[in-house]
Amino acid sequence: MKHKGRNVYMISGGVTKFAKASPEMDFRLRVKKAFDYALNDINLGLDQIDGSVASYFSDHFQRQLMSGIMVQDYLGLTPKPSKRVEGGGATGGLAFQTGFEEVASGRMDVCAVYGFETMSHVNTWKGNEFIALASDTNFDYPVGGFYTGYYAMMAVRHMHEFGTTVEQLAKVSVKNHGNALHNPYAQSPMKLTVEDVRKSPMVAYPLTRLDVCTMSDGAAVAILASEEKAFELCDKPVLVKSIGTGTDTMRLADRPFGKVPLLPNEKESDYKNLKYPGIHSFRAGRTAAKEAYEGAGITDPLEEIDVVELHDAYTSSEIQTYEDLGLCKYGEGGHFIEEGKSALKGKVPVNPSGGLLASGHPVGATGIMQAVFMLWQLQGRIKKHFKDDALQVHNAKRGLIHSHAGTGTYVTVSIMEAV
Amino acid sequence: MTINYDAKMPESQEGTEVYNVDPLVVKSTYSIDYIHSYAQDSEFFRALGKRKLLGSKCRKCGYTYATPRAHCMMCGAETEWYQLPNKGRIHTFTTCYFGSEQFLSQTPFHLVLVEFDGVDSLFLGRLIGADTEDLRIGMPVVARFKRLQTFSPTDVYFVPAKE
Repeated sequence: MKHKGRNVYMISGGVTKFAKASPEMDFRLRVKKAFDYALNDINLGLDQIDGSVASYFSDHFQRQLMSGIMVQDYLGLTPKPSKRVEGGGATGGLAFQTGFEEVASGRMDVCAVYGFETMSHVNTWKGNEFIALASDTNFDYPVGGFYTGYYAMMAVRHMHEFGTTVEQLAKVSVKNHGNALHNPYAQSPMKLTVEDVRKSPMVAYPLTRLDVCTMSDGAAVAILASEEKAFELCDKPVLVKSIGTGTDTMRLADRPFGKVPLLPNEKESDYKNLKYPGIHSFRAGRTAAKEAYEGAGITDPLEEIDVVELHDAYTSSEIQTYEDLGLCKYGEGGHFIEEGKSALKGKVPVNPSGGLLASGHPVGATGIMQAVFMLWQLQGRIKKHFKDDALQVHNAKRGLIHSHAGTGTYVTVSIMEAV
Repeated sequence: MTINYDAKMPESQEGTEVYNVDPLVVKSTYSIDYIHSYAQDSEFFRALGKRKLLGSKCRKCGYTYATPRAHCMMCGAETEWYQLPNKGRIHTFTTCYFGSEQFLSQTPFHLVLVEFDGVDSLFLGRLIGADTEDLRIGMPVVARFKRLQTFSPTDVYFVPAKE
């Protein structure tokens, strides 16, 4: 980072229960519920908020342009400054980082970041079409635009390159749906077996229905503050230690075959014959991790990170992301899940909340939901908010949240620390 | 100037499809015809009618693209058109059993990313003439061209090539 700016803390958060369809509330009311939860949790008043960032992915789902200002208006935040941030699946992560920048720059002392998506206004196959429009409409979309298809091709290549198995993919689904049994906000808690996942209907070979996240309605809110305000307004603020962002080509077909950008705990000789990123890895994820780790002084991620909430839109992308984040070396992601290292009681619990697979993925809310769950983890207050202690990672001091767009086109990594 | 104190808005018999009354959920329709320009990519689509698969090659650094782009992502220089061989190999593949509304009626279908000798990037296409069990990475494939052009990238598709 060229200039670090001021320290930024997360002081409160709120999430609605994600659901496939909740037509009894519109997006404004849904955000209002999450926003009021965040305000009431620390007795914060509207007048203490300096401005906001709005996070939502698609104008198509609601056929309502400028939804961001409608939320700003509904929450009573006009005429304060606000802007909308959009970047596909990483919209929530990008908006969270924009809120960070508003506070770090000194422009705002307290910034509300609110995210939402209402995907139930169209049928699932129409929703898939809207999402697929986030691929090149000259060369990719018309061939059969379908995001699960794109990820399936990456999974096939990962299996070819590294020997990853469909059973290893299925274990991610079993873990995340199982974790969600203790998360009252989750959309799809399920006790599953590897066999259940493999027997579920094939969506795009090798990914089955249970390897893929669902459409959701939902909202999430994160309140960020400067150091001075954070300790004045909150008894247990969590430091947002660093942020990192990476990008990659829109078209999967354009991904180069070069060298791995190494993390401090890796050597060039680890990847002698690996052509990178190709179709098997996310260069944007690695780039984001590298920037965030440099900002936080992390040199050995597996030893120095206590809990991770990452963007598991597909079971395969969770495995790919273990590697991008350097929790294991490239090629070892399948073994990482198999050995239980990412389990709730494993070396580094990954997606204790259930992730996108089980919590749901209302796109603009998702990256902010991760921040809220991470705040509660690092405050040690999962029980207070979940009414259940099972998902609390004990003595979690440092967490990583990861938000991801397209076929890995925008990826954000943010590091949060208990203080 | 005429003021009509009994003015009435005209009404129609069309009505509205209602899915639910509490909350009130109604059908709302939106459709649009785009005037989509292929702009700098136009030649690729025209060439498919001449049974040519065009990629591009950087005039400065020589990086070659199986999916054309007018400027090089490696050095920023302009590229020129570059005719790809008709034969390539499967770099990766999938079979879609579900999809976007527009393509649902075509399921199941295979998607392949194709690699070509001497070309640095890949090309996305449909493959026919094989079952999922037959597909493997490295399998030789050959481009075929539709006789009646639709000016879509699906004017070219791939079939297995004899080894």
